[in-house]
Amino acid sequence: MGRFILRRLGFMVLTVILASIVIFWATTVLPGDVAGQILGRYATEEAKSQLRHELGLDRPVHVQYADWLGGYVRGDWGESPSMDTVVRPVVFERLRNSFMLAIVAFAMYVPLGIFLGLLAALRKNTWADNLISVGSLAFIGLPEFVSGLILIAIFSIELGWFPSQSAIDPSSTFVEAFPYLILPAITVALTSLAYVVRMTRSSTVDVLQMDYVRTANLKGLPPRKVLFTHVLRNSLLPTITVVAIGIGWLIGGLIITESLFSYPGIGRLLLFAIQHRDLVLIQATALLIVIIYVVANLVADILYAVLNPRIRYT
Amino acid sequence: MQGPAPSGAAPAAPRAVFEIEGLHIDYTTELGVLHAVRDVSLTVHEHESFGLVGESGSGKSTLAMGSIRYLASNGKVTDGSVRLGGVELLGLPARQLRELWGSRIGVVYQSPLSALNPSIVIGKQLAEVARRHLGMDASAAKARVVEMLTKVAMPDPEAVMKRYPHQLSGGMLQRCVIAMALMTNPSLLIMDEPTTALDVTTQAVVLDLVAELKREFDSAILYITHDLGVITKICDRVGVMYAGEFMEQAGLRALFTRPLHPYTLDLLGCVPRFDPTPEKRSLVTIPGAIPRVDELPPGCIFAPRCEFVRDSCTKERPPLVPVAPEHLSACLRWSVVPPPAEYLREATEAVRTAGAEAEEDGVLVEVAGTQVHFKAPKGVIRAVDGVDLDVRVGQTLGVVGESGSGKTTVARAIIGLTPATGGDITLRGKSLPRTTGKRPRSTLREIQMVFQNPDASLNPTRTVGDAIMRPLSLLAGVSREEAKRRAQDLLRSVSLPVSYFDRLPHELSGGEKQRVAIARAFAAEPELILCDEPISSLDVSVQGSLMNLLMQLQVEKRTSYLFISHDLSAVQHLSDSIAVVYLGHVMEIGDAVQVLTPPFHPYTEALLSAVPLPDPDVKQKPIRLGGSVPSAMHVPSGCRFHPRCPRFLGDICVNEEPPWREGAGAHRIYCHIPLDDLARLQAETLVFSDDDDPGAAKAPDGGNDQGEGA
Amino acid sequence: MVERNLRDESFDTAIMDETMAEEVLGPEGGRPRPKQWRLYWRRLLRRPAALVGTLVFCIFLFLAVFGPWVAPYDYQEQSAELRLNTPTLSHPFGTDQFGRDIFSRVIVGTRNIFLIGGLGTLIAVVIGTAIGLVAGYMGGAGDEVIMRLLDVLLSFPSLLLAMVLLAAAGPSSRNVVLVVALLYIPMVARVVRSMVLDLKNKEFVEAARVRGEKRSYILVREILPNSLPPLLVEASMRFSYSIFLVASLGYLGLGVQPPSPDWGLQINEARNFFQIAPWVLLFPACIIAVLVISTSLMSDGLRQVMLPGGGRN
Repeated sequence: MGRFILRRLGFMVLTVILASIVIFWATTVLPGDVAGQILGRYATEEAKSQLRHELGLDRPVHVQYADWLGGYVRGDWGESPSMDTVVRPVVFERLRNSFMLAIVAFAMYVPLGIFLGLLAALRKNTWADNLISVGSLAFIGLPEFVSGLILIAIFSIELGWFPSQSAIDPSSTFVEAFPYLILPAITVALTSLAYVVRMTRSSTVDVLQMDYVRTANLKGLPPRKVLFTHVLRNSLLPTITVVAIGIGWLIGGLIITESLFSYPGIGRLLLFAIQHRDLVLIQATALLIVIIYVVANLVADILYAVLNPRIRYT
Repeated sequence: MQGPAPSGAAPAAPRAVFEIEGLHIDYTTELGVLHAVRDVSLTVHEHESFGLVGESGSGKSTLAMGSIRYLASNGKVTDGSVRLGGVELLGLPARQLRELWGSRIGVVYQSPLSALNPSIVIGKQLAEVARRHLGMDASAAKARVVEMLTKVAMPDPEAVMKRYPHQLSGGMLQRCVIAMALMTNPSLLIMDEPTTALDVTTQAVVLDLVAELKREFDSAILYITHDLGVITKICDRVGVMYAGEFMEQAGLRALFTRPLHPYTLDLLGCVPRFDPTPEKRSLVTIPGAIPRVDELPPGCIFAPRCEFVRDSCTKERPPLVPVAPEHLSACLRWSVVPPPAEYLREATEAVRTAGAEAEEDGVLVEVAGTQVHFKAPKGVIRAVDGVDLDVRVGQTLGVVGESGSGKTTVARAIIGLTPATGGDITLRGKSLPRTTGKRPRSTLREIQMVFQNPDASLNPTRTVGDAIMRPLSLLAGVSREEAKRRAQDLLRSVSLPVSYFDRLPHELSGGEKQRVAIARAFAAEPELILCDEPISSLDVSVQGSLMNLLMQLQVEKRTSYLFISHDLSAVQHLSDSIAVVYLGHVMEIGDAVQVLTPPFHPYTEALLSAVPLPDPDVKQKPIRLGGSVPSAMHVPSGCRFHPRCPRFLGDICVNEEPPWREGAGAHRIYCHIPLDDLARLQAETLVFSDDDDPGAAKAPDGGNDQGEGA
Repeated sequence: MVERNLRDESFDTAIMDETMAEEVLGPEGGRPRPKQWRLYWRRLLRRPAALVGTLVFCIFLFLAVFGPWVAPYDYQEQSAELRLNTPTLSHPFGTDQFGRDIFSRVIVGTRNIFLIGGLGTLIAVVIGTAIGLVAGYMGGAGDEVIMRLLDVLLSFPSLLLAMVLLAAAGPSSRNVVLVVALLYIPMVARVVRSMVLDLKNKEFVEAARVRGEKRSYILVREILPNSLPPLLVEASMRFSYSIFLVASLGYLGLGVQPPSPDWGLQINEARNFFQIAPWVLLFPACIIAVLVISTSLMSDGLRQVMLPGGGRN
């Protein structure tokens, strides 16, 4: 078990390093003449080479990379030209905001998703199941800006229940931010909800066909006990993994939703950085998001291994 | 001890515990409503064990599950009555039915690993029953679980209780399931193929256990199986089902010695008899195929395939009626059904004599000291650990062993699918490259293979014709038209209609697919065909006809076979010589007759005494092996069989590898015990009674058959 | 007496699988069956949701091919007077801030999204299949290395990677196609590889080895044809996700550029007018929704029809 965790951990580190290479390559090597882009079309060659020297862009690539990575690990994420401030505190502040949004969304879609998935599986092929299955299928590919727009149209403009924009102060507390979180959270939650519903339904249907459920029923146990003691233990196991991996979807959803609602989270920060060609900010933000995602997967893997006796005791 | 326990132990007539009357079960599928079980009645008494025998599509499992009302949501009981201890089950409200399930009925089915929840420890799963139905609290339940586990001869029950199912072996798990089923001393115990997934020696232990528990508990047992041999060990009465109806019901001995329905008679003839003589006879073949329940003939459903059919049989469905004391038959012509011994002599023929041309033609393939070792993270898996055997021209070498024996791996090494890691394999004296990739076409052509799983043997996207033509064009270099012609001939030779040429595999039944696989294997006219459990997954009647086919083709084409199976009866039926393999090493090898008569290797002896023979009168000494097969990563020192050997001598078995003891002809035994001692000790292992065993034709010269005669 | 089975309680778990026709009928399925696609068609007809999805998808496909000829106006034609008109008979979806007919823009945009998403998916499927076949069949170290590399790509949330790459390479139609392909190659490769691993050990493949067939033959003639149904399902699911991706990128301004009638872009461009002229955003948004839903229903229908009782996840 310990070896398993160590191996996964090592893997994670390797993946993050490789990902950082990709990010670095995409942001510094690919775009070509950064200095020209910053200084504009009419800059002289001299000014450009001076800027390049200042930014350290005339050093060999791998040196630049090592420098950047080293700095990142130490916590020095550089300064953002476009925001004119040290990067790290801003990133963490925005991360916190996104986290708040994610938590609210999570609280919405995880319990509901599991409940609906179970319901659909237990009522397989009835109208309830068909409704839930088709519904989840419909939502699963719906881009958040589409569902967000429709939600805004209904709940904000028509009904006036919620604010249509969430451009709050980035340092707001959770309580202050809460009313502005609801509509974006629902938007983000919708897609992930569909995902969780489908996975739960599918794994529960699989488990219900297993012989040991037959055994449990034939032991004369009441249906509730069969469900909670025998079925859920096994059918929710894959769901846990799926929820953790679904954080990837969540992150993608956050980017679009934050943009739609103008919410000051990390997704919006990344978009801002891209629009302003702020390489330092792009690198820092992108790598952080990747790290979060990879860690979430690691936690999911470990959780699954711990909870599954077949892996725990081999 | 074999045969039915005299039910007259108590002077009063035994109570009827489980009564099914006129039961009809339907399924609603995309093909419409299927009448899976029709007008079925049976009665099981206290302490009695009723065997339900049938092939696939017979409805035996549907009957058992449906009678206690556990069916899929598209299944329905549409008519009839089912009473357990007088209580009518049909129409019972859900809550009471569940109560009954848990406390008065116990169920054991085929795969013990999937029958138990993989995420809950064994002890807890068993305790659930005690707490729910015996009103016990946690500690009382625990004690009861220990008690039950002890009753099923589980070593160290306390430790087992804390384990998860995947940590135990199949045999141990099945014992746990049996313990769980019997915990409430149920009135009815339903066992659905409980030993099919187990090794022969493990099966024997479990069957012993069931027989013993039968005496101790009051339960009526409904035992479902397709294996006629197993029936003789457990059951008092037997019912034979076919396509959803009963054909016959009788006491055990009566059914086997004097069946009164043509289907039963045929079925008995499809099973190879244990007959250590050189003469090889064919088995009974039932023409046609099992009808689908949506395409039943009017009148008797067996009529289209029946030897004794008359017009009157096709008019109306014959009812199941008593035709002799305690004997029911659904055949109008029951009185003309001949005794099995007579019928078998007529309906089968002598096909060949084992070993007849053996001496002249010599050795085709020789396996010398072959090893197949796999590297695993925790050690080395010694799947094949020094095997020596040879296959002679035109002869069949049967390789028999249980799981973990490495028999399949040996075959794969010979054909080059799994490269050997040591030793040498030669074809006509020339060494064979270890993988198929390194062998020239001419060599590949010489050795072909028939695989175990008919459903996976054929490419689902290729027609039958294509599958057979491919080896012809690839290996035999034949033109397309010629290949087509030959492929059609091959179809005919495996008794398939030429119209199957353009069919896809999913349009064929399992037996038909296997025939195509055989045709494909024969296409390029190989010298040797490896058959890896080719019939194990098929119905009994289909097995019989395929064995006939294999024998007949061998006579026609003079091909050699390496026939691998865990089924000793099938192996002895087909083979000229036999090799018995255990944990990667040959334990005994020689002519079939020699191997199956004493002296035997102690492992062979255990196998012979464990194989359930479809003969109520045969006496098998109960030699049982303890424990289970060790892992191939930790092969025991000295003689690898020593931890389980019933004839363990002492330190010599632990420290030294045994020598090869030479017997008559090519007979060799790998054991420390001298042959004479073995012969003496083993004289009574397998004893057939004189006249009742139809297969026990005396050997022409009265032979050395110490295994026969009372 | 007709008997009800044990289904009347809530949370009843005494349910078994319905596909028991085969078990009931026994092994003698040995009879000629109708051709495979007939079977698929029949199964599809029994599933209304999938059928509707497929039909709607076909309508979109038609629009994608014949869009420019069907649209009533030129999608680029601007008109100063008709700016931000509410929907009328002559302009069923209204006009946008440049006076362009939204209905026409939406129709022509269909071709756009099908081309970009479709092309990207196609490239991903072709390359991903090749990689998956080779890696799966080869096994060993080569397989490990390839899969690790693909895992790195999979370790990014899709949209994030797309954004970073497009930011780097510059937004354009061509780049979006390449990014879509790059993103989906690992996923297709994984699916194909797992199919290959499954099939590699089947007896008919071993029979081919025993005949001495070459590796290329085995991959192409034995393994690939049997991987087609799951591959097709995966391809259609990928296409459905590519629509999501392309539209999202368009919305973020990182995808195709104006004046392309990309739906996401239309929404992006009109953001500021949401309060006064919501239809400019809502129509494209709803059309995206309809296409996505119908494609999802169709893919799932394909899955149920071609892989009954299997191929989940």
